[in-house]
Formats: sequence, structure tokens, C-alpha cells
Amino acid sequence: MSFEIAVTLPRGEGIRVAFAAPAGLTALFGPSGAGKTSVLDAVAGLLRPTQGRIVAGGEVLFDSEAGIDLKPERRACGYVFQDNRLFPHRRVLGNLLYGLRLAPPERRWMTVDEAAGFLGIGHLLQRMPATLSGGEAQRVAIGRALLSAPAFLLMDEPLSSLDAPRREEIMRVIERIRDELRLPILYVSHDRAEVARLAGRIVEIGG
Amino acid sequence: MGGLSPDELEIVALSLKVSGVAIAGALPVAFALAWVLARLRFPGKILLDALIHLPLVVPPVVTGWLLLIAFGTNGPAGRWFAEVLSLTFMFRWTGAALAAAIMALPLMVRAMRLSIEAVDRRLEGAARTLGAGPWRTFATVTLPLALPGVLAGLVLGFARSIGEFGATITFVSNIPGETRTLPLAIYSALQMPGAEGVVTRLAVISVLLSLVALIASETLARRAGHGRGAHVL
Repeated sequence: MSFEIAVTLPRGEGIRVAFAAPAGLTALFGPSGAGKTSVLDAVAGLLRPTQGRIVAGGEVLFDSEAGIDLKPERRACGYVFQDNRLFPHRRVLGNLLYGLRLAPPERRWMTVDEAAGFLGIGHLLQRMPATLSGGEAQRVAIGRALLSAPAFLLMDEPLSSLDAPRREEIMRVIERIRDELRLPILYVSHDRAEVARLAGRIVEIGG
Repeated sequence: MGGLSPDELEIVALSLKVSGVAIAGALPVAFALAWVLARLRFPGKILLDALIHLPLVVPPVVTGWLLLIAFGTNGPAGRWFAEVLSLTFMFRWTGAALAAAIMALPLMVRAMRLSIEAVDRRLEGAARTLGAGPWRTFATVTLPLALPGVLAGLVLGFARSIGEFGATITFVSNIPGETRTLPLAIYSALQMPGAEGVVTRLAVISVLLSLVALIASETLARRAGHGRGAHVL
């Protein structure tokens, strides 16, 4: 199992989620406001569950009974945010290097050149994030997450801010991450077609 | 500066020393207070906020009098500094710097607090997921993004402290070469017949100093803003 999650989250009246996901891409699917992003935040360590247990990539990240709560920087998670969250004061290259430099050398499995080639962003390295288009920024955000040597990926509606041609382009990138890099991916979306195409397993949340 | 007499040069140098020390000393305090006010929630926060802003609204002469009580020879803070750090403030330039720092503090805290509040905390979350601990996140994300506001706070504080008059003259008097900063020297010259030339030269220097400080900080802030349109002015 790549993800085993059973938690109560401190949002509204308390969101309860429990599922186990095999390798590949698992979609969290449901209407807006159902708490999908909260689940990703909990896995990343940005939101502390009221109780429960989170296992990802074979490691226990959170276990309220055992008193385990790894800090976000210890979770080896690559988080691609809906709003990309690139650092506005660093160039694309600086954004890509941020996580790479913090990853222990023995755990790194990708170089900047490989990531740039894989994502087609080699020509953007010296640009500031503010000058990127939505599709470019999203690819850089994916590259930054991949270069931080993650054991698994969290993706929060990575296509939502993109037009149709860009969506297709990013979707192909995600398929390649899933099939070539074989990273477990937890993927949030409210788009049924997108989920049907990408996900090996679909977890319904809310509704 | 060819038109300045040695006395006038000494006044300018003293003013720069007093303000420089005041702002250097106030910077870490102001930043810490700004961070606390921007990020923490605790009982008594409104009171702390009000206390910091007090020098902005209280008559400066009252601030000077309060400094006398607290930092005078027999004041509790004054005694502590004298015994522990061998540092005295009464009738000394260090006291002028202390008064200038207290008067500049509210402006510095305000500017820095606004800039810290403007930092997108979601970026800090992103840094954490990329492997940065809290301190590294602060140093590589929070601080650089808040830098224009920190510089704005510095220059506002510097400009304010150069002009400080009431609290200074109340607390440390008007001693030539020790506590007679630019505004005090201008005030003294105004009391003397035939010193119009001195008044004019010192007044022009005051205006120039303020102008240079404002332009320098604006330039720095633009550079730090990386084309994101950061402004001090």
C-alpha cells in the first residue's frame, strides 16, 4: 500500500476520511469544500489531524495513539499546490534548487537537467515566477516538488488554473510521473473526466 | 560640506552617530515586536500594541520625563544598565540615542509589522514541505519577502530619530558636543542673535539627510523587491 490514511480533521464539524491506496495514482474526488485539500495538508504535515494515522510511502507520518507526528520537512513529500506557490523572490532555477539542496544527497534521484528536460522548462531557468504563464508555472512547481527527492507526491488540482491545451500537456506529464518515475501520487480533483483518465483508484470524499 | 564650520560638522557627526546607534539598537527590538504582533495571538496583545505606539501620541516631553524616571541615575532601568553593563544615559549621547530609539520605534514596528503580515504564509508551508525547518524557512522565505518593509521601517525610524527634539532635550538636556544634535543645535542658534547663517546651513543639512535616506531606502527596496513593485515611499 502506498497510502494508508484514517484521520479526523479539524475542519468544520470534523472531516473523517479512511482509505488505503495501492501504488500508482489515487484520486481524492468530491465537491468543493468537502475537505480534499485538508487531507493533503494533513499528509504533508501542514494540518494536524485531531486523531488517526497516516502512512505514506511505507513510513508512519502521523499516529495519534503512538504519539508520532513528523514535522513537514521530515516527511519527504512532494506537494504540488493548486496555486503553485512558487517563491516570488527566486528565479525558476532558485525555486528548483530549493528542495534539491535540502534533500540528503543519497536520497536525490533527479538532477535539475533531468527535471528541466522531463518537464520542458530548460529555457525558463533564469526567469522570475511572476513572468511565467500558468502552464509554465505549474510545470516549474511540479519540477520543484520532484527535485526535493520525495517518496510520494501530493497534487492539489494541478490543472484547475489552466486552459485546455495546457491541461493536456500537464496531464501527460503527470502520466509520465506515474508510469516512468513510479511515484505514488495522491491527487485531488473535482473533475470526473480528469480523475477517470489518471487514477488507478478513486476515493470519494464528502457528498 | 565646505561651507560648514568645525562646530557644525561636529553637530552633524554627532547627529549621525546618535541616530545610527539608535536605529541599529532599535532594529532587532522592532523586528521582534513586529513579528510578535503580526504572528502571535495572546492575551494583552492590544496593550502591548498600545504601549509600543505610545511615543507616537504622547507629548515628547512626557516621553523624555518618563525616560528620566526609568533610566535616570536612580531609575530602576538606569541602575540596572549602570551596574550590569556599565552604561549610563543621563546627560550623555547614549541617552540621546535611547530617546531617539524610543521615539522611532513605533514607526519601525508599524512598517515591519505590515510587511510581515503581507508575507504569504502558504509560501512558508511550501518551504516546509520542501525540507526547510522553521528557521531556514524564516531566513529564506519570510525575511527576504518582508525585507522592503524592514528597510522602510529603518529609513522611517532614521528620519524620525534625526528630527527628535522634545524627548531628547527633556531627558539628556542640550549639551554641546554630547547631546546637542541637529534639531537642538538649530533651536539653540535660533536663540542667538546673528546666527541666521548657522540655522540655514543646519536646516538645509537636515532636509538633505532626510532626502538622501528616503531615496536610498527606496532604491534598496526596489532592488529587494525583484521587480514585484515593492515601495518604501
